[in-house]
Amino acid sequence: MSDIHAHSVAFVRDTQLPPAPPPVAETGVVKWLRENLFANWANGLLTIAALYVIYLVASATVPWIVRGVWNTDSLAQCREVLDGVSGACFSVISERWNQLLFGFKYPSELYWRPSLAFAMLFVAAAPVLFFDLPRKLLIFTGLYPFIAFWLIWGGSILTPIVALAGFIIGYFVYERLVTGSFAAGFFGGVATAFAIWFIGGWIIPDGAGLLALEQVPSRDLGGFMLNMMLGVVCVSLSLPLGIALALGRQSNLPLIKGVCVVFIEFVRGVPLITLLFVANVMLSYFFPPGSGVDLFLRVVIMITMFSAAYIAEVIRGGLAALPKGQYEAADSLGLDYPQAMRLIILPQALKISIPGIVNIAVGLFKDTTLVSVISMFDIVGMIRGPILASTEWNGVYWELFMAASVLFFVVCYGISQYSQWLERRLATDHR
Amino acid sequence: MKKSLFLGALTVAGLAASAAAAATLDEVKARGKLNCGVTTGLVGFAAPDANGNWEGFDVGVCRAVAAAVLGDPTAVEFVPTTGKTRFTALASGEIDLLARNTTWTFSRDVDLKFTFVGVNYYDGQGFMVPKELGVSSATELDGATVCIQTGTTTELNLADYFRSNNISYEPVPIETNAEAQQQYLAGACDVYTTDASGLAATRATFEAPDEHVLLPEIVSKEPLGPLVRHGDNEWGDIVRWTLNALITAEELGVTSANIADMASAAGNNPEINRLLGTEGTLGEMLGVSADWAKNAIAAGGNYGELFEKNIGEATPIGLARGLNAQWTDGGLLYSPPFR
Repeated sequence: MSDIHAHSVAFVRDTQLPPAPPPVAETGVVKWLRENLFANWANGLLTIAALYVIYLVASATVPWIVRGVWNTDSLAQCREVLDGVSGACFSVISERWNQLLFGFKYPSELYWRPSLAFAMLFVAAAPVLFFDLPRKLLIFTGLYPFIAFWLIWGGSILTPIVALAGFIIGYFVYERLVTGSFAAGFFGGVATAFAIWFIGGWIIPDGAGLLALEQVPSRDLGGFMLNMMLGVVCVSLSLPLGIALALGRQSNLPLIKGVCVVFIEFVRGVPLITLLFVANVMLSYFFPPGSGVDLFLRVVIMITMFSAAYIAEVIRGGLAALPKGQYEAADSLGLDYPQAMRLIILPQALKISIPGIVNIAVGLFKDTTLVSVISMFDIVGMIRGPILASTEWNGVYWELFMAASVLFFVVCYGISQYSQWLERRLATDHR
Repeated sequence: MKKSLFLGALTVAGLAASAAAAATLDEVKARGKLNCGVTTGLVGFAAPDANGNWEGFDVGVCRAVAAAVLGDPTAVEFVPTTGKTRFTALASGEIDLLARNTTWTFSRDVDLKFTFVGVNYYDGQGFMVPKELGVSSATELDGATVCIQTGTTTELNLADYFRSNNISYEPVPIETNAEAQQQYLAGACDVYTTDASGLAATRATFEAPDEHVLLPEIVSKEPLGPLVRHGDNEWGDIVRWTLNALITAEELGVTSANIADMASAAGNNPEINRLLGTEGTLGEMLGVSADWAKNAIAAGGNYGELFEKNIGEATPIGLARGLNAQWTDGGLLYSPPFR
């Protein structure tokens, strides 16, 4: 056998060939290009067309941005400097940057206060967002709303302290009474808190000077700060409210169920802008002049109601997605309703609902720009009103709205990345 | 205390609006600030500068009233209002005075129950078109698309004018002047129509103003002026005569430069003396201090100075006085006498 073989074959290699590099077309950039961009002639055509479009857009915008002027005093000067060449006039952003961030009425020597509150927001939000962090940080999260209120609005530190005391004492009363019945605990706690606030408001003299910061009225808030404040406050308030509404809608008690259904359906059936007009225009008819509720608070209430209704429906979807066995398992373990919800149902339902909730949070944050139509000067209101109406900057659009979209994009992209991390972190199914 | 105040206010508001409003002057004095409604931003008429200080022609009226009543032109709380929120803000008492390039019309005066105290700018609605369109008269605009601001009188005037001339058009509704500029430049509409002052201001900001023309037709009367609520005539008088004082000061040659001299002692002209309080008791009759008009004029200058500083020919807006000249110069400004 081997003889025949030796005779029929002229040459037999008895050493192994050295490994050769793969063919050029099957490796590195070329392979990637071939497989992804030019897999067949149709894809190749599309790629070339897309490249051409990208070239068109970039050749118009990149020189426009690169040639941008950053340090003139007015649009007319910008045009002089550019001298007929197309280029951006970013001077408006450098001159009005503080107004874009803080509005035009927040005292400039006090900018450090909202900036500090913003920096502290990260510390306060961290333990809520990343649960690997030490739990003790949550104490700071609890204190944060009061600190931020004091920093941004100013005034005596006694006001937030009394507000905090009301919450804490109310909670202790609730703890004591809740063992008897939930209703007694709930209403007892609420009543105590109100009593503390009432007495506190009565005791604190007007203009008390203890650690008083210069007061800034709500009307003076503005710019991107206003968007951030509305976004953060409304999202954090509407999440618990939305959970409560979603559970209420599934309740067996007809009254609670009815109230929740009517609330959700009514709020979902009305555009947000209508609610904002009600907050701004209608409510001032109902209150005597000068004694109305603060406009910022009115807007917060309206936006919170609005997003709570949507979040409730998203969470209801999560609740509906759970197999009936989960509810029955909780019952068979002998858990009562709050325990079953807290330990078994909600953790699963909320996990399913994360993409939906984040979707609404991002949408809500962007919807805060709607307040510009009720003459509040958020970042869009600042651009459309005072900045474009000034004699120096009348006629600058792209640069300003680009700045606004960059600010919004950074925040919204951050939220979306966080939610994706959270979904990976919570993934318990074994794929 | 608070409850009774609330109930009291409700009763007052419900039973006699005039009783609640009658005390506007006292309210302003007690507050130490004048709440003045302005626009959220209109070039030359009202806009905050880089430091957040309000400037403009309408702002000048607010400051003059504050100076007349409180003696301090900076004692003003400017409340920015949009075309949609301005009337409710005034009716609900959130502001004491609205100085927001608002057209004086029958229904606003009678039906909405406001008192227009005078006219601080005579405007009229005009049209702007690109030169390349080759249009020289508004009657040639058949079938054109027109950008108009919603919720304003311009919308109604446009419909009236085109209907009476049997011209068809397609409206493109827009919210603010800034938006209109962009739409017009982007070619979303062939014509932009608004008050002629606004058109001039808008054209001045274009990169190539020469490529756009204002058509000769002025299709409406737009007397713009400050207004107050019905029911408090004393307060209305104060605002009316402050405006008249600014106009009279220009007629009599009283400026912010020479006012200190003129007011220090009674001069030869009895009307100037009465105006500036060196003679007679006009201030007392009005319920304010004797030097009220002097303060009002010193705040930002007389009518002519305000005009030149904010919207006049030396500014980028570059409006000519036109109808807004003194009656002695062929304009419509005609203040009743101070006596």
